[in-house]
Amino acid sequence: MEQGPAPVSILRQGPYLVASIHTALDDTQMVRFRHDLIEAIGHQRARGVIIDVAALDVLDSFGSRTLHDIAEMARLRGARTVIVGIQPDVAFAMVRLGMGTGTIPTALDLEEGIAFLNGATDMVPGSFGG
Amino acid sequence: MTQFQAETTSTEESLEVGYVDNERLLPELVAHLREHRNRLRDTWAQRVTESNLLEAMTAQEMAAETTLVYDNYVEVLETGSVEALQHYARDLSERIIPRGVETHEVVGIVLLLRDVLARSLFEKYRHDPELLNRILDAYEPAANRIANTVAVSFVEERERIIRQQQDALRELSTPVLPVRERLLILPIIGVLDGERARQLTEQLLLGIRAHRAKVVVIDITGAPEVDETVANHLVQTVDASRLMGANVIITGLSPTIAQTLVTIGVDLSKMYTIGDLQGGLEEAERLLGYTVTKQGGDIT
Repeated sequence: MEQGPAPVSILRQGPYLVASIHTALDDTQMVRFRHDLIEAIGHQRARGVIIDVAALDVLDSFGSRTLHDIAEMARLRGARTVIVGIQPDVAFAMVRLGMGTGTIPTALDLEEGIAFLNGATDMVPGSFGG
Repeated sequence: MTQFQAETTSTEESLEVGYVDNERLLPELVAHLREHRNRLRDTWAQRVTESNLLEAMTAQEMAAETTLVYDNYVEVLETGSVEALQHYARDLSERIIPRGVETHEVVGIVLLLRDVLARSLFEKYRHDPELLNRILDAYEPAANRIANTVAVSFVEERERIIRQQQDALRELSTPVLPVRERLLILPIIGVLDGERARQLTEQLLLGIRAHRAKVVVIDITGAPEVDETVANHLVQTVDASRLMGANVIITGLSPTIAQTLVTIGVDLSKMYTIGDLQGGLEEAERLLGYTVTKQGGDIT
């Protein structure tokens, strides 16, 4: 994590946080990501979290388990989570290995994710993004 | 002089005598086969007909093919170049496979030719058993190699055609069709086997991404039956689609399939099913916020 570009970026987008995972994360990085994100939800007073996994071509069981944990922790901190950008191959591999995202909602891409959160958090569309 | 003999000697050093023999004997036997070309070819063609092989061909085609095969055969014996024969065998396969010639026929005619020629060599040299032996030593490996090449080429060509047809069938059999913005339908016609189900999932998931679909209607009216593997695969496809943010509606489950699914105990709690394709489309339009009004109404 110390050297090179961070494998995850957490950006603010209106009332939401957008966490983009850029490369495959090892277990330590995954835990670190979880920690950073949960911290950020409090600091930024985020109402929703979008985790973008479009760059991942594989998602192992620890990864999907961690995403699930993050969603649960975020909920306790007052934010809804949606996972976006799961690739076709990844989606089918996850299902075949019996490790779906459980109860976390998913959406096709960032735009869809924001639309979903707008609906889920009763935000008026267009009230953010400045 | 030939690749074939060079290989023989390199692999079997103990047969150096045989090598010297081959140098001398092969040209001799080739000359013999050339000299009696017409007679031997006719004998062969007759035996092919007697054995009821190549019945799909007319007499004219037979004559042309047998001449070509015969000449090539002798040429390969002479030069040891299997490439020329391979090329010819592929070419032959391409022409005769569409007419329904079977593998056993092709192998059969080549083996018949091999026997006809062996018989003629036998007759010519039977006064000298030792010479005959050496002639056959030179002839048999080469002849076997030719039979082998033709059979392999033929089977390869057949497999290539089968693969081509499978590919074509596969592309045709899993259309993913956009009917409205963000709405796809996927009609399934014909038997769903494991391979097709896999293909279907792949096409569907790629289609969801390409068309940014939110709702997919899978219509299985045209599928006569599904087994447990395929049913589970369908359930997985529905789950995977959901991971990509699309809802799946399944329509047209026949009474047979409905009974099968319940009997084999596939977990269908997450499946959203509607009776027919029309109902499925109406429901999909409702989910997407479309209203369809008859006669001059506007579609929002």
